[in-house]
Amino acid sequence: MAFKILERKPLNWAERTYLPQIITGLKITLWNLFQKKVTLEYPDVRPVIPEGYRGIPTLVKDPKGREKCVSCQLCEFVCPPKAIRIQPGEIPEDADYAHVEKAPKQFDIDMLRCIYCGFCQEVCPEEAIFLQNDFSLSGYSREEMVFPKAKLYEMGGTFPDQHNKWGKKQQAAEEAKAHG
Amino acid sequence: MTGRDDNLISVFIDEEEFLVPPGTNMVEAARLAGKEIPHYCYHPKLSVTGNCRMCLMELGMPLKDHSTGEPIIDRRGLQKIGWMPRPAIACATRAFPGIHIKTDSELVRECRNGVMEFLLVNHPLDCPICDQAGECSLQEYAADYGRGYSRFVENKNVKPKRTRLGPRVMLDDERCILCSRCIRFCKEIAKDDVLGFVDRGSYSTLTCFPGKDLQNNYSLNTVDICPVGALTSIDFRFKMRVWFLKETPSICAESSVGVNTHIESREGKIYRITPRRNDEVNDTWIPDSGRILYKSIDTDERLIHYTIDGSHTLVDGAAKEAATLLREGAVAVVGSGRASVEEQYLLGKIASAVKAISVSLVSRTGDGDGLLVSADRNPNVRGALLTGLITSLPHANLGGLASAIESGEVRTILSFGEDLTQCGVEKQLLEKVNVIYFGSHCNETGEVAKVVFPTLTVFEKAGTFINQQFRLQKFLPAVPGPQGVLPDIVSLGKLCSILDGEAIPPTGPEGVWAEMNTEIPQFSAIDFENIPINGILIDGSQWEHLPFIEGMSLHYDPDNNRQIMAEVTKSK
Repeated sequence: MAFKILERKPLNWAERTYLPQIITGLKITLWNLFQKKVTLEYPDVRPVIPEGYRGIPTLVKDPKGREKCVSCQLCEFVCPPKAIRIQPGEIPEDADYAHVEKAPKQFDIDMLRCIYCGFCQEVCPEEAIFLQNDFSLSGYSREEMVFPKAKLYEMGGTFPDQHNKWGKKQQAAEEAKAHG
Repeated sequence: MTGRDDNLISVFIDEEEFLVPPGTNMVEAARLAGKEIPHYCYHPKLSVTGNCRMCLMELGMPLKDHSTGEPIIDRRGLQKIGWMPRPAIACATRAFPGIHIKTDSELVRECRNGVMEFLLVNHPLDCPICDQAGECSLQEYAADYGRGYSRFVENKNVKPKRTRLGPRVMLDDERCILCSRCIRFCKEIAKDDVLGFVDRGSYSTLTCFPGKDLQNNYSLNTVDICPVGALTSIDFRFKMRVWFLKETPSICAESSVGVNTHIESREGKIYRITPRRNDEVNDTWIPDSGRILYKSIDTDERLIHYTIDGSHTLVDGAAKEAATLLREGAVAVVGSGRASVEEQYLLGKIASAVKAISVSLVSRTGDGDGLLVSADRNPNVRGALLTGLITSLPHANLGGLASAIESGEVRTILSFGEDLTQCGVEKQLLEKVNVIYFGSHCNETGEVAKVVFPTLTVFEKAGTFINQQFRLQKFLPAVPGPQGVLPDIVSLGKLCSILDGEAIPPTGPEGVWAEMNTEIPQFSAIDFENIPINGILIDGSQWEHLPFIEGMSLHYDPDNNRQIMAEVTKSK
C-alpha cells in the first residue's frame, strides 16, 4: 500500500474548550486593525493605475485635432478576437487634411470581444490607437458595447504627435509650391 | 553541354546545373530553378527595358583560348569560368549554353541593397494609406534586400498625389519608381500609346500625352502590373486592404474568350476582379469591362424566392409544379449561352425528357476588340454544342418561337436565364403560355412566369465554360448566393429527376460530370475536380465547320484553331 493510516490523537482538555484558538484569532484581528489598509472601497475609491496598463482601446487625435487613424486596417487584421471593424474612406480633396487622403468612414470596437491585449496599439503605424486606463465598462445591450468612431475619439482625446509625419509632409508640399 | 535532343540547354545558377529552353530570359530561368531574382521593370509579357536595375546578378561564361578555340581547363579539370567584372541585369540576359550566374553573392546583395536605397530615397512613407500595401514589390524587396533604415536626411521630392490619368486610373507620382511597365503595356498590348515620362532626373513624371486620356478598355491592367502603388484603381481605391481578400479562381463571363480571373472577396462581398495568368488564353490581362461584372450581383433586382404564380414556395414545390406543366407537352426550351456546361447538359436532358418541340439559344453579339473581348458575348455557346443542347449556332431573335406561340403550337416555355421579351417575344404573347423561368434577376419574363426558380450568378456557383478555343475552364464559387437559393445544378437536377424518374439528383458539378463522362465522348476521362486550373482543350472538330462569329483575338485565330483541333483529335 502506498499510503499509511495515521491514528488521530484525541484532543486534550484545553483544545476541547477551543479558547486558545479563538484568542489567537482575535489577536490577529486586533493587530491588523491598526495596520495600513490593503483594500479599496471600490468603486468610490479607485486604484492607482500603473504605467503601461492596458485598459480599453481608444482612438486619439493629434494636437491640431486631426484624426490620426488613416484606416490602414492593420489593427483589424492583428486583433485576435476580431473586435475591430473598419470601413475605410477617402478624405475629400478640398478638406483641410486632404494630403492624408485616407480616414476611417466607420471604426467600431466591440468592447465585449476586446481582450485588452494591446496588439492594436503595438501595430498601429500612425500611433492612432492607445489603450487607456479605464478598465470597467458596462452597458444594457450588446449593441451599446460596440463603440463607434465618435465615442472612441471622445474617450481617447488628444495625444502629442512626436513624429508629425503629415505635418512635415504638408510643409514640404508648401515649400515645394513656393519654389515653383 | 549543348545540342540535347529535347533542345534544352544547361545553365548554371549558383553553381547548380539546370536545363532551360534556349533564349530563356535569366529571370525566368532562375524562376524555373526555384530562385528569385527581384525585379520591378521586367514583366514576362512585356518588352525588356532594363531600367530598374533591381535584377543585377553576376554573369560568367566558360573561357576559351582565343587562338585555338580550345576550352581553358583549370586545376580541377573543369572549364574555367570568366566572371564579368561588373554585374549584369538578368532581365536583358538570355540563356546561352554554359552561362553561369550568381544570384546571391556578396556583390549581388550589395547591388540590390544600393538599388533599393536609391528607389526608397524619394518614395513617400505612404504604406498605411497605400492600396498596394500587401502586394507591393517595393515593400517586399525592401524587407528582403533593403537596409532597414534611411540615411536620407534631405527633403523628399514632392509630386502630385491625385492625378486622374483616365476614368478608372489614379496616379500618385510620388510613389512611382519609373519602371515604365504601364507605358509599355499601353504601347504593346493595349495599342493605345498615351502614357510617357516627362522631365528629367528625380523630376521625371509619368503623364498622359496632352489631350489624351488613359481610357482604353484595358487601362486597369496598368494598375495590376504597377509594382508599387503609383497607379491605383479609382473603383477599388481605399475600399479594402488586399490582405483581407480571398482569391477564388473564376472565369470572366463577358465574352467567349473566357478570361481567367481571380474573384477577390472578403466575408461574402466581392471587392475586385483581377486577371489570373493563363498563357494560353489571356496572359496576365483582363478587359476593364469584365472587372465590373460583379456589381450586378448585389442589387435589389435579384430573384430570391422560388415562386408559383407569384406566391413563395420551396424548390421541391416549384420543381413539381414545373414538371406538371412540362409533362403536358408542347414545350419550347430556351437555353442560355451564359449557363455552365453542366446546366446546359441538364437542360438538354429535360428537353429530351419532355420531347421539346424546339430548343433554342439566344445569341449576344458585340464588336470584338481583337484582344480579350470577342464578338460572341455568350461565354459558353460551345458548351451548348458539346452537350447536345443545340446543333446550330444561336440567333438573337426568337421570331420562330413567337409565331409558334401565336399558332398555339407551344403551350409551355422553359427559359433558362433569358429574358424572352428582349429577343422578339412580346410580353402579351408570353401571357398566353405557361412560362417556367430560371433567372438571377427580375425581368419581364420573370414577371409573367408561372414558376420561377431563382438562380445564382457565375460568382456564386461552381461550373465550367467552354471558350472560343474549345477550352474547358472551370470556375468556383467565390461568395455565397442569396439565402435559400440553391445552385442551379440542384434545381435543374431536381426537375430533371422528377421528369425522368431518377432517384438521386446531382448536388454539384461532380455528379453531372460523372454522368457526362459516359454520355458525351469528348468528355470521357474528365472529371470536374481534375480539370486543370489552366483549362483543357476539348475536341471540337465536329463543330469547326460552323460559322462562329469570333474574329482574331489574343491566342486565338479562327483559322489556326482548326489545326489545333485536328491535333487534339489526333492525340486522342
